[in-house]
Parts: sequence; C-alpha cells; structure tokens
Amino acid sequence: MGLLNFHKNTFRHGVHPPEHKSDTNGLPIRQFPFAPLIILPMVQHIGAPSVIAVREGQEVIRGQLLAKAGGYVSVPLHAPVSGTVRKIANVPTISGKMSPGIYLETAPFSSQEVLEGAPVDVETASREEILQGIQDAGIVGLGGAAFPTHVKLKIPEGKNCEVLIINGVECEPYLTTDHRVMLEQGADIFMGIRYLLRATGAERAVIGIEANKQDAADHLAGMIPPDIPVEVQVVPVKYPQGAEKMLITAILGREVPSGGLPIEVGAVVVNVATTAEIGRLLPHGRGIQERVITITGPGVKKKGNYLIPIGTPLRYVLEQVGVDGNISEVYMGGPMMGVAVSNLDISIVKGASGIVAFTEKDVKRPQEIYPCIKCGACVDACPISLNPSKLGILAKFEAYEQMAEAYNLMDCFECGSCSYVCPSHIPLVQYFRMSKSMVRKRTAAKPNA
Amino acid sequence: MLNKTLNISTSPHIVKGLSTDAIMQNVVWALLPVALFAVYSFGMSALLVLLTTLASSVATEHFLCRFSKKKSTISDWSAAITGLLLGLTLPPNFPLWMAFFGGVIAIALGKFIFGGLGYNVFNPALVGRAVLQAAFPVAITTWYPAFLPNRFSTVSVSTFTLPFLEPAVDASTGATPLAAFKFDQVTTGTSELALGLISGSTGETCAVLILLGGLYLAARKMMNWRIPIAIFATVYVLSGILYLIDKQEYPSPVFMLFSGGLMLGAVFMATDMVASPITSLGVVIYGFIIGLLVVVIRIWGGLPEGVMYAILLANAISPHIDNMIRPRVYGTSKSKRS
Repeated sequence: MGLLNFHKNTFRHGVHPPEHKSDTNGLPIRQFPFAPLIILPMVQHIGAPSVIAVREGQEVIRGQLLAKAGGYVSVPLHAPVSGTVRKIANVPTISGKMSPGIYLETAPFSSQEVLEGAPVDVETASREEILQGIQDAGIVGLGGAAFPTHVKLKIPEGKNCEVLIINGVECEPYLTTDHRVMLEQGADIFMGIRYLLRATGAERAVIGIEANKQDAADHLAGMIPPDIPVEVQVVPVKYPQGAEKMLITAILGREVPSGGLPIEVGAVVVNVATTAEIGRLLPHGRGIQERVITITGPGVKKKGNYLIPIGTPLRYVLEQVGVDGNISEVYMGGPMMGVAVSNLDISIVKGASGIVAFTEKDVKRPQEIYPCIKCGACVDACPISLNPSKLGILAKFEAYEQMAEAYNLMDCFECGSCSYVCPSHIPLVQYFRMSKSMVRKRTAAKPNA
Repeated sequence: MLNKTLNISTSPHIVKGLSTDAIMQNVVWALLPVALFAVYSFGMSALLVLLTTLASSVATEHFLCRFSKKKSTISDWSAAITGLLLGLTLPPNFPLWMAFFGGVIAIALGKFIFGGLGYNVFNPALVGRAVLQAAFPVAITTWYPAFLPNRFSTVSVSTFTLPFLEPAVDASTGATPLAAFKFDQVTTGTSELALGLISGSTGETCAVLILLGGLYLAARKMMNWRIPIAIFATVYVLSGILYLIDKQEYPSPVFMLFSGGLMLGAVFMATDMVASPITSLGVVIYGFIIGLLVVVIRIWGGLPEGVMYAILLANAISPHIDNMIRPRVYGTSKSKRS
C-alpha cells in the first residue's frame, strides 16, 4: 500500500482520449417521443432472462409488470408504455443472438400515466425490503454493465461495507448521460443514496466525479442533505477511471484483490444514474420504464441527452434525431468500450448509456497492422499494469494457459487502452477477449477444475 | 437513409493516431541533420557512404520480402533507419563495396532471419557494423580528417576500392579523439567534440545535432528518453569516479560523454524499441549495463571504442530484463515470474 501514496486521487497509467463532451454536456435532458412499436428482449441484464407474465393481445398500462425475475440474479421488466402486447416472439439483440421478447404496440392518445406499486419507505424499510424493492423495480447497473443492482448490494456474510461509492466519473468520450443526471436529478440521487446507505450499512458515501464535470460536482456538493454522511470527491480526468476498481483506487487508495469483489476492500460502487433511478422509483414502488441516453457523434444531427423509453427501436431513435447520409458505424455505449451495432432493429436496453454514430470519415480505422515494435505504449497505458505487448504475442501463439497463469490475463477488464495507444494498430483487447473466453472454456472442460 | 448496411468493428472504435511507420519516419527526420552535417564536414565521401548503405538496406529488405513471397515492408521506413544508421557509424572514407555489403548483412542477418521488424534481437545496423568490423578491421578504423578543403570536389582514394581488394591508404588520415587518447594520450577539447570539429565515423562527430534529434523524438514520445539518460548518467558517474582517482591515467567524464559513438549510440541505437526492454525500470537497468560496458571497454579493453559491443550485449540481455522486471499487477501482492 505504501507505494500507492504516489498515485493518490487516481490510479496508475491510463489514457486521455479526446473527450468530445462539449457537444451535449450543456443540453438539458429531453423526453423522447413514444415509438409506435416497442421491442423488449428478456435479456437486458447479466443473469437469468426475465420470465414473460403477459399473453398476446393483452392490454397493459405503463409501469405494469410484463415479465418476472427469472431467479435471484435477474430482474423483472415493466411496460415502458401503455398499449397492447402484439406478439411474443424472439427479438434481435446487440450480441447478434435472438432472445425471447415482447412486441408492445403503443396505445395512441394514451395519457401514458404510470402505474404505481407498493412504496418502499426509506425510513422504515429493512435492508432486505430495500434490496427486494430494488429488484422489483427492475434496476440494473445503468452505467453499461447491466448487472442486477440488488445482487451487487447484498453484502456477504462476515463482510462489512465501509464506503458507498457513487460513480459519476463517466470517463467514456462523447457520453454526457451521468453529467446531466447529476446536474438535473440531484434530489433523486440523494434519495437514492439514502436507500443505498441503509441497504449496505455503509458508514459514508463518496460521489466520485471527474474534473471535467466540476459544475456537477459543485452542484451536488451544494445540496448534500445535512443528515447523511456524503462527500463529493473530484478525481483527475483519465480513462478508464469509471471502471469500478480504478475508481476505488482513486478514492480510497486501495486495490481490489485480483479476482475479488470491491466488498473485499470495504467498498460498494453504484453508478450515479442507477442511484438516481433508485431514489426516484422506490418511494412510489414503480418499475424502470425509461432512461437517460446521450445520442451524439459526428453522424447525428440533433445531438442531445434524451429520456427514452426502454425498448424503443434504435431505428426509430435515429430517425427522430436525424443522421448523416454517410453514417458508417453506430455504437451502443461510448467509443472506447461500446459495441458496434450491425442491426438497427435492436432496441434501447436498460444498460445503454449512449448511442454514438460515426460517419465514414470519422472512422479512422488503420488499414495496416504492423508487427509489435515493443514501444511500451500499451505497458504505460494498462491501468492494471499488465504487459499487453507480451500477451499479444502469446495470443498469436495460442498460449492461453501461459497468458492466464504467468501474465494475469484474467485480470484484464477489457478497457481497450492498449488497443487505443498501439502504434502498430494491433487489436490487442480483441485478442484478450478471445483468449479469456478460451481460458474459460478450457477451465470449464477440465473435470477437476 | 437508415437502410444502409452498417459496418461493425470491435472496440475501441477510436485510436490515438500515432502509427509505427510515422515513428520510423520521424526517426529518419531526426537523423537527417546529423547526416547533413556528416556530408558538410566530410564531403562527397560521406555522402556516398550514406547513400550506399541506405540503398543497400532498403533494397535488401525489398528483395528478401519478394523472395519469401511477402509484401514488401520498405514502406514502414525501418530499413531506411537501419541503412542511415549503419552509414553514420562507418568512417567517411569507407570503401563503398564494403558499405554495401554491410547494408545487406544488417538487414538480412540483423533483422530478416529473426522474422523482420519487431522480431530482431539486436539493433540491425549494429549487427551490420559488427560484421564489417570483424571482416575489415583495418578499413573500419582508418579515419579521414574532417573539413578538408577539397572535400566536395574529390573523394577519398579508398572510396572506390574494387571489391575484394585491400583499400589504398589515404595520404591524409586523421585519428579519432578516442584513439588519440588511448594510444597517444592526447585529449581533445570539449567544444570541438560537441560541435563535431573532429575526425570519426560519419555521423558520430556532432554531439549537438544528435542531442537535438533525440530531444525532438523524446518530445514527440517516439523515443524512450530514459535510455540515453541512463547511459549518460552511468558513463558520467563511473568515469568521473575514475577521473577523480587519477586524472592522468583516465579521461575526464565530459570527454567520455562527447567522444566516439556514445552520443549516436545512446540516442539512436540503444533506443531501438524492439531490442530494448519495455518497462521504465527495465530500460534504466539496460542503460546502466550499456554505460558500464562502454566505460569498461574503453578504459580497460583493447579497443578505443566500445559503444557498439556494449549495445549489442545489452540487446541480448534485454529480453531477460523484461522477464525479470515485471510491474506488480493491480490487485496482486507480488509479480509473477516464469
């Protein structure tokens, strides 16, 4: 730990991609129109798929339960609009796989009032009741991971949550979702923190915000309620500071052990938009129906931060905001870790924090891949001090076991900093994704493992 | 409008924009002032040596790629660096056929047999020079004086030596400052050394231009500045200690820094990314080893100059340094070894 004192307030290494946030960070959140047809996959989160609880032809009210949680690591799904269940069939998802899903036809001229359920009172509810309320609201990590939040908040037996970290870093270029949420939904965020403090038993909460959002930090710091132990901490701008482990290191100076969870160093990290959603939904017993998404990129005409119903088809979204005729690539998420979309018939899911569209001239994908010249740029970029150069060479030789055992491959969380800096344009992080899945497959295939 | 087929790609979808060929190209730009000064101080002979090694390196790379049915890799500019660097380490009056041979060896033995760019264990230019030193020990240590009045109109008599013949001995030869010190105990002034008003290999004489080239590359993050700094510091401290012990017997540390091929070697050759370690601590150790070997060879060895062997030996150790020096991975208690 002693060495870490040199790196106070941030983590080791990292990169500084151009931010491109000024296009949208001054634009207030606007409600997006309702699409005529809403497409809802049952796999919008990590874990078991939701189980459909409606039948074809059934009329549903906005906020009504459409699908139940498919287990503990799963969440229910609520109707984002009032309308009619048109079809229950497989729907396309971003991974390219089809998933069971619901086609919901929006009722025209409906007032779209939201159905409320049983409220969870922040003062009287028990830990378990709050966790149950979070699961019932269908809440998953809105920063992009889409991991069911109630699972993350469940403190294991014998462990103690000392600090609740609210992640308002938003280190991905282009995205301003969390920035706007912090500026506009402060009251919801602090209500959410009340729930989270009770649910985790944390002694205090820290809101971590990168220095490029000083206005949000000042705004939140100015409205901290006097009765809860919350502070705002501004951290230097550096990618991938929004990664859970990096933020813990930046704020607490502790390192989460390899293969371990944040709770092992007494921390739980929750995204700021997720926190706001908890603070808004739980007092009314509502389910999540919509989320804030930054729609931006050089290919988008009406860039902005929009409140979009879950399940809105991507094609509808892009038609509404208008896109450039030369549009070439569309990313769900930011340009560093986001996934390129091949099919505009997929829909907005709970984990989608941004949509970035690039035109042909913005996609500067190098044609030539040179051999690794061992310049060390990747070594200086890797936030967890791996040697991507060596790992890349081993991946070419398919030496997956050696990568995992001698070079800590499995610690890679695929931030892409190595690929970003590589002057030889070697798709390092792509090699590592493949190698990690190979290691997992081989480990699973071993009978004794 | 939205029926268009979208491209897909894997993240990250943006790149920093620095590319390997651009790095290599900039090394060539950084070497150009050094090469121009070489031509200015040594005249036509130096120009011919540089053009010969440049041409033979690039041509060798091109034809070897073609013979092995691969796409020619001369566009990555690395063969041009090798050619230019080799020429800069040779005496200006070096016979051209030998220089040509050196360029072929540098690329073929120094780089191509290892698998091309990125796989070479040693700095290719130094491999070429080492072979030349072994094959032509006299020609490579026959020095030509700088700033001859007729240097732009005539060339050295040894330049056009026919292949496989001993070169004619020039009427006017000059000793390098290191040789002068080693064999005749004559010290050369620091300003003359720094400004390159001396005899020596074509490109090693003007320390100021070499350092400027290095500063340019370091500022553009195309060179690991820790390597030359570690070498200079080691040489300065070690030779400084010796100088303090006996000022008659040992050269001054400043003389050690500015004489011979140390500047050129430390700034442009030891910094070969492929043949040097990858971590910050690794390169400091690597630089220390080079500095130590330079001092040991120069002071106690049989040769007046030791930069070439020092770098080649350190190149060989470099993969082992990388294996030993591994930064602690986030969340682990200690570094793993294999």
